[in-house]
Amino acid sequence: MVYRTRYITQGIARVLIWIAALATIGVMILILFQVLAEGLPVLHRRFFLDSPKSMGREGGILPTIIGTFALTVVAILFATPLGVGTAIFLREYTRESRISRLIRFGTDCLAGVPSIIFGLFGFVFFVIFLNMGWSILSGGLTLAAMILPTIISTAEEAIKGIPPSYREVSYSLGGTRWQTVTHTILPSALPGICTGILLSVGRSIGETAAVILTAGSSLLMPTSLFSPIRTMSVHFYILAREGISIKMAYGTGAALILLVLLVNTVANWLLNRYIRRRA
Amino acid sequence: MEIKEKVIEKLLLLVALSSIAVLALIAFFIFEQGLPLIWKIGPKAFILGQKWIPSKGLFGIFPMIVSSFLVTMGALALGIPLGLACTIFLCEWSPPSVGTVLRPAIQLLAAIPSVIYGFWGLIVLVPLVRNYLGGPGLSILSGSVILGFMILPTIISISEDSLKALPPAYKAGALAMGATHWQTIWRVMIPAARSGIVASIILGMGRAIGETMAMIMILGNAVKMPSSFLDSARTLTTNIGIEMGYASGAHRQALFATGVILFIIIMLFNSLAIFLSRRRTG
Amino acid sequence: MPPKTKIVIKDFNFYYQSVQALRNISLTIHPREIFAIFGPAGSGKTTLLKSLNRLTDLTFGTRHTGTIFLEGADIFGPQLSLTQLRRRIGMVFDLPTPLPLSVFDNVAYGPKLSGTTQKRRLVEIVEKALRSAVLWEEVKDRLHTSALRLSGGQQQRLCIARILALEPEVLLLDNPCSGLDPISTASIEATLAELKKDYTIILVPHTVQQASRVADRAGFFLNGELIEGGPVYQIFTRPKDKRTEDYVTGKFG
Repeated sequence: MVYRTRYITQGIARVLIWIAALATIGVMILILFQVLAEGLPVLHRRFFLDSPKSMGREGGILPTIIGTFALTVVAILFATPLGVGTAIFLREYTRESRISRLIRFGTDCLAGVPSIIFGLFGFVFFVIFLNMGWSILSGGLTLAAMILPTIISTAEEAIKGIPPSYREVSYSLGGTRWQTVTHTILPSALPGICTGILLSVGRSIGETAAVILTAGSSLLMPTSLFSPIRTMSVHFYILAREGISIKMAYGTGAALILLVLLVNTVANWLLNRYIRRRA
Repeated sequence: MEIKEKVIEKLLLLVALSSIAVLALIAFFIFEQGLPLIWKIGPKAFILGQKWIPSKGLFGIFPMIVSSFLVTMGALALGIPLGLACTIFLCEWSPPSVGTVLRPAIQLLAAIPSVIYGFWGLIVLVPLVRNYLGGPGLSILSGSVILGFMILPTIISISEDSLKALPPAYKAGALAMGATHWQTIWRVMIPAARSGIVASIILGMGRAIGETMAMIMILGNAVKMPSSFLDSARTLTTNIGIEMGYASGAHRQALFATGVILFIIIMLFNSLAIFLSRRRTG
Repeated sequence: MPPKTKIVIKDFNFYYQSVQALRNISLTIHPREIFAIFGPAGSGKTTLLKSLNRLTDLTFGTRHTGTIFLEGADIFGPQLSLTQLRRRIGMVFDLPTPLPLSVFDNVAYGPKLSGTTQKRRLVEIVEKALRSAVLWEEVKDRLHTSALRLSGGQQQRLCIARILALEPEVLLLDNPCSGLDPISTASIEATLAELKKDYTIILVPHTVQQASRVADRAGFFLNGELIEGGPVYQIFTRPKDKRTEDYVTGKFG
């Protein structure tokens, strides 16, 4: 009798697990499909090329697309040298010591800071203290701080994966440390670093809380790095919450999802190619 | 040549300190803006005060703390069982081909912006709750459900790594002793991967506490103490997010002060998570 | 007058943290000879080689006492920079280690890093190095394909060409034929005979027989100590030390 109970338990567990897993995945996909289904019809050429009219009820979302793009570029431009440099330092210029432990602790902590806190920080530091105002620059720099930990850890992983023999060879041929880094380490780590950059791009695109407090929410076309701007995600949020236009919200949401999907797919493809090459 | 190398080394050290520098800057400015107000009102009055009425200068964030706690617990109540179920499903009970499709799909879902989840919650879930369970619909319950789904990818991917990292001997040994597959999973593998799973949960908790946009869209805006899961509420994060746009003076300082409390809570959680995960990987 | 000694090692001790890997090594290497360092595994042969071009500096926690001179210059002293030292003393490892670059870029790596940027000059250097390593004929039509596509023996000769491109004076070869088939081994040994005319070579042979085929003088290492050194003929037929004799005759390995 005991013999049979075990298998009954397993049977029940199996059914429950399958239901739970499929239900979970199902709901998540449902969420995606709903937004895409309602939003895709809204996406046409004019949607992408026009500026919004009457607070976004009509027209397109061009300034927000530019805003998303500009903020992401600024963020990547600042975070990549700092992040890759940190990874190079940790892996090539030092061994496990108090400094490296401190740096890693700081990076891990930074990774856990919620976006609203970054928003508060960006507001008081970039917007007010450094007097940059609500601008592409303020928003981009705040985003850079947010994606820095991701760049550092992916770059470190990429560098860690380089065979030690490459270093030995470079040094034994008379290479200096920096030459070894630029001629051997960085070229080999490039795919991994690019994956990290792409992942960060994906995250920047969807970031809202920090951006609203630092880049503002202007719907006008930006004229310089110091112009305020509304990104796609902020526009989506405002449309939805203020109830301005559900149709436009769906459209913006669909565009957001497609963009994020595109970036992530490329990142995954790059990751696979990189893994396959190593194997 | 030598000099160039030395200069580069010092430069890289400076660059490497950037993450600590940023963290320090964040802590400094948040505290600098928020601490004076906490001191002025008194920490006990601020943290335990139950009235948040900026126009009258009343800044008590206890309802927000409670709401944050409730929403997070609710999210975990959904996220842990579902997360474990999906993890077990992925690792043990589905054909490998399903895994190769599902894993990237989960990663993709993790990358979806939180505002999308919030939007869906607002459009679909909130009316459902309102019609079938009562209340305004914009509620802690709705928030918990959406938040639970949002932290699933975190819990799943880290728990999966932990399960995969187990020595194969554990599973083989248990099965060889006559345990069923389920018994092996539930009584041997999961407990063995315990520390990784706990770390994933704590990480998920950290993300749940810090979530803002989706919560603003779903929780409603009630500033009072929640008395049931169907009540609207404000969390620490939504408190900041909702009012920062138009706050000034002491009001704004109070929002920063909320940020201070939030920052401290998150730092405590993250230190715990980091400590646990570093211990696990030695 | 050309120097009578190329490398002089005197009372050299080497430690990995607290483990002593080399004890009181005193050894002279003559110019343009092939000197074989042989002995059982773990007797410090690779450590000695890596000390000569200070590749041991890469490992943390190592220290040494004693001196090593390259033609009168202390390799640990200020006269000789690390880069200069490593260009004068080149090393080939026991596993072929091509960089993930083309054949041409592999060989041109050293010269490029030492400042040669002119395309024409690099082409000359690469061809000369590949010829000296007896690899030119086999790769001249695929200089720009990946070096990872070459066979094991070709890759190893590529590693030799790589260091030859820097026009070193001393070649350190740590078991270069390990893992290679007999034909590749024979081609490398033939290459060594050619190289001896221009370079000083210190070799850790794959087998004792290889040492007797190829080297002029040899030194027997056991547990970090140099037991005995001398002309190859003498070491292998009339060794002075019983331990040398036992190893050479195969009583232990």
